[in-house]
Amino acid sequence: MPTLTLAVNGNIVTREVTSSTLLVQFLRDQLGLTGTHVGCDSTQCGACTVHLNGDAIKSCTALALSCDGGKVTTIEGLAQNGKLHPMQEAFRANHGLQCGYCTPGFVMAAVKIAERLGPNADEETLREEMDGNLCRCTGYQNIVKSIRAGAKAMLENEARDEISSSPQGLTDPDARVCNDAPQTQEQSAERKAQVDVFIENSRGS
Amino acid sequence: MKKFGVGQSVERAEDARLLLGEGRYTDDIVPANALRLFVLRSPHAHAKILSIDKTASLESKGVAGILTGVDADEDDLGGFPSLVPSNAPDGSGPNFAPPFSVIARDIVRYAGEPVAIVMADTLDQAKDAAELIKVEYAPLTAVVSLADADKPGMPSIWPECPDNNDSLGVFGDKAAVEEAFSKAASIHSIDVRVSRVAVSPMEPRVATGVWNEAEGRYELTAGVQSPHMTRTQLAACIFKVPPSKVRVRALDVGGGFGLKGVPHPELALVMWAARRLGRPVHWFSERSEGFLSDCHSRDHISHCDLALDEDARIVGLKFNSRANLGAYISLAGMHCAQGNIGHLSGVYTTPAIYAEVRAYFTNTVPIASYRGAGRPEALVVLERAMDAAAFDLGMDPAELRRRNLIQPEQMPYDTGFQFTYDSGDYPVSQTKAQEAADWAGFEKRRAEALRRGKLRGIGMGHVVEIASGMRDEMGEIEIEADGSVTFSTGFHNHGQGQETTMRQLISEFLAVPPEKIRMKDCDTDVQNFGLGSAGSRAAAVGGALIKTLSEKVIEKAKIIAAIPLETDAAQIEFVDGTFNARGTNKTATFAEVAALAHNPMGLPDGFDGGLAHKQIVRPGGPTFPNGCHICEVEIDPETGELDAIGYWVCEDVGRSINPMIVKGQIHGGVAQGLGQIFGEFIEFDREGQLLTGSFMDYQMPRALDIPHITTISHDVPSPNNPLGIKGAGESGTVGAMPAGLNAVCDALKPLGIRHFDMPASPHRLWKAIHDAGGIDAICKPTEAA
Repeated sequence: MPTLTLAVNGNIVTREVTSSTLLVQFLRDQLGLTGTHVGCDSTQCGACTVHLNGDAIKSCTALALSCDGGKVTTIEGLAQNGKLHPMQEAFRANHGLQCGYCTPGFVMAAVKIAERLGPNADEETLREEMDGNLCRCTGYQNIVKSIRAGAKAMLENEARDEISSSPQGLTDPDARVCNDAPQTQEQSAERKAQVDVFIENSRGS
Repeated sequence: MKKFGVGQSVERAEDARLLLGEGRYTDDIVPANALRLFVLRSPHAHAKILSIDKTASLESKGVAGILTGVDADEDDLGGFPSLVPSNAPDGSGPNFAPPFSVIARDIVRYAGEPVAIVMADTLDQAKDAAELIKVEYAPLTAVVSLADADKPGMPSIWPECPDNNDSLGVFGDKAAVEEAFSKAASIHSIDVRVSRVAVSPMEPRVATGVWNEAEGRYELTAGVQSPHMTRTQLAACIFKVPPSKVRVRALDVGGGFGLKGVPHPELALVMWAARRLGRPVHWFSERSEGFLSDCHSRDHISHCDLALDEDARIVGLKFNSRANLGAYISLAGMHCAQGNIGHLSGVYTTPAIYAEVRAYFTNTVPIASYRGAGRPEALVVLERAMDAAAFDLGMDPAELRRRNLIQPEQMPYDTGFQFTYDSGDYPVSQTKAQEAADWAGFEKRRAEALRRGKLRGIGMGHVVEIASGMRDEMGEIEIEADGSVTFSTGFHNHGQGQETTMRQLISEFLAVPPEKIRMKDCDTDVQNFGLGSAGSRAAAVGGALIKTLSEKVIEKAKIIAAIPLETDAAQIEFVDGTFNARGTNKTATFAEVAALAHNPMGLPDGFDGGLAHKQIVRPGGPTFPNGCHICEVEIDPETGELDAIGYWVCEDVGRSINPMIVKGQIHGGVAQGLGQIFGEFIEFDREGQLLTGSFMDYQMPRALDIPHITTISHDVPSPNNPLGIKGAGESGTVGAMPAGLNAVCDALKPLGIRHFDMPASPHRLWKAIHDAGGIDAICKPTEAA
């Protein structure tokens, strides 16, 4: 079985995985990070959204091996030192969640939306940005409110962190994650080839 | 008002856990040695099973066992019952009620019905093995269309019910209605199709079964709304064992909306397989599997005649409906068909109502509850009939409604049909909603839109709905020796925030700070009885429950407080968390009294010790949350695309425990109602194959599809429970369906279209506009700007 090395929430992990293991399966089943959820089987709901190398991605549609050497942040890695991330705090303060099942995906997507658009995006834009995530409970209204409040708080935090001469903006949780997963280029190429073979085989079936 | 008490929008206690990714959903806590269960489902909507050969699949890697209907017969496995009785169509007796089978025996009756279950070490192994099972079917003609279910030549799904018409429910006074109609100035008829939808909570259905060999007991952890009711059904109807031989618990559950209040086959299957194989068995529905096998909802074809006098006052209403049951009657199937027909009264004075509801079997997955569960099925038809009457008379639909509203001074109001409304001020709600939506200024907006080539519409829907009709609930409050509180109830929290609202109630009545209050898991081992969360009832019933429990705890505590206060219990009052002896300055804190109550050396004679109390509470009557909803939409006639412009609701939920949570319930409810109007729709082909089987085909509302919802309150406390709470769970959905649909129909009105059936998907809208001659017919270029 091929091995996979990832930096997950700041920890370097190396595990054996099958070539068909999805990133979400790897996170949930092999690492026990069950905060990332599965709500559909067609990449429509976004409950599985995590950060991979700084982007919000749907972990149900990424083969774990294709992420080899990457940095992954899940909902479990967002809060720091027992303190909720400003976006998590905003969801709580604005009742941006009800059953909580879609919430980790929304929060992970929201952090990236806020980083890209800042706190002044209008309601229409934010609703458009949330196109990749489904929520059945909230009617989205308080999620919009939460993202706006979270974006504002993130900016304020950033400003504060700059004053305290933090080397990196704390709003990017990936910044805390190790970026030199221990592996050779050969290994990397080998794994990539395995993934390609798997994809090719899948097409054939 | 206490800082954390009733009426405060406090942040939710459950949120930190859910936001940190530390929720305990059933799929998050699967035992390490659990087998994975895969359900092999019928590919046919209607077929005889001739044979099942599992030889090859049993050899497959990782397979621990395969079970079929033959094994189920061996173990005498039962089915889930229908909870609501009805009558046979000829009135000869009760309706035929085949139990909701958990695994097919010799006939499959819907595509997706379980035929075999495969248990293996991994899900992939179970799936691979399932591909090797050889099932020989003899396909039968399927009854798919509700409209044609009893047409001559249709096959019978059940021999006991040859024309597939299972039941006829007759309600109201036929003679009085005929009399009213004979004298009416005008009669307005409408046919409304209440579409079939998939409930689709974001957490798919999920279950883990464990067989406890030492105790000879089944254990289930599952995403269910009511562990206690589920246990009752599983014990009595499936396994035929005493309830003590079944344990059911539900931890975090990702939304229910009625679906998870109805027991489904897989709950029984994981338990059965666990017993057969001696290992825990876990099943987690895939979404596409859920579309096939989750009970669907709604699916009525209804006709309504509304009779008005010369002043446009309602004198009578006739209602005739066909309701789909699916292939079996689920626990709530007949309830959704007939159990909420009382909602035909709406918010209006209607002297005479007569309704007939026929329920039919079809070769489709059974119908069960979805937010409203029969309420919107009745109310959307009534509210469409009101708009159709206004269309016929050339009247403002708001004015027609206003003329017919029940007045606040008439409360409590006996509708003369099924319900007696507790309280409410419907005229004020309508006024406030109209002002917020600028109803008066709408025609200007319509004209402006038309100049841009767009069709704009506004729609109103009044909702009044029964809440806490199911009134009993059990709860227990336990007090630790340090005065902290632990409590349990039969309610299950799957998004409604009861973990917070119940704590607020306890904090209010016992004056204990929230950090010292803990809610126990909803588990039949923790509390032996309960009815669960359903029917918008947890706030109203829970309010009465927690108040009563708290009072009993205080009563007990006063007996103890009498010792240090050196007086009689009758002389003690409990104020802000402190026991005071009247007429003295002696006091004892709640914590001091709790400590004393747990000191066996100092207890008075005959006192049991501790301060815990447990009982069942039944508030005085059901409650009737209500509200006036207004929706505004704009349709692009070139593409059929609908833009939801705005939404305004003036709601009356009685007294709120947590207004933030109430508003959240209204938002979510409205979105679900609008979802059905704007695009959600379950469709089968002629063979009974599901065409809308994933989120790619089934149009779930996304953020951009839902307008900003303005909520205004005009709360009138209910006299039917001690806190005046009415409930907030379902009214959003029940009000949004008519408001949304009336808005769509109003947008199409200039084209001469009187009625348009849900869903208002782009294709259907475009076709309706095109068929009516297109917008050019009404868009006069010469019209002054």
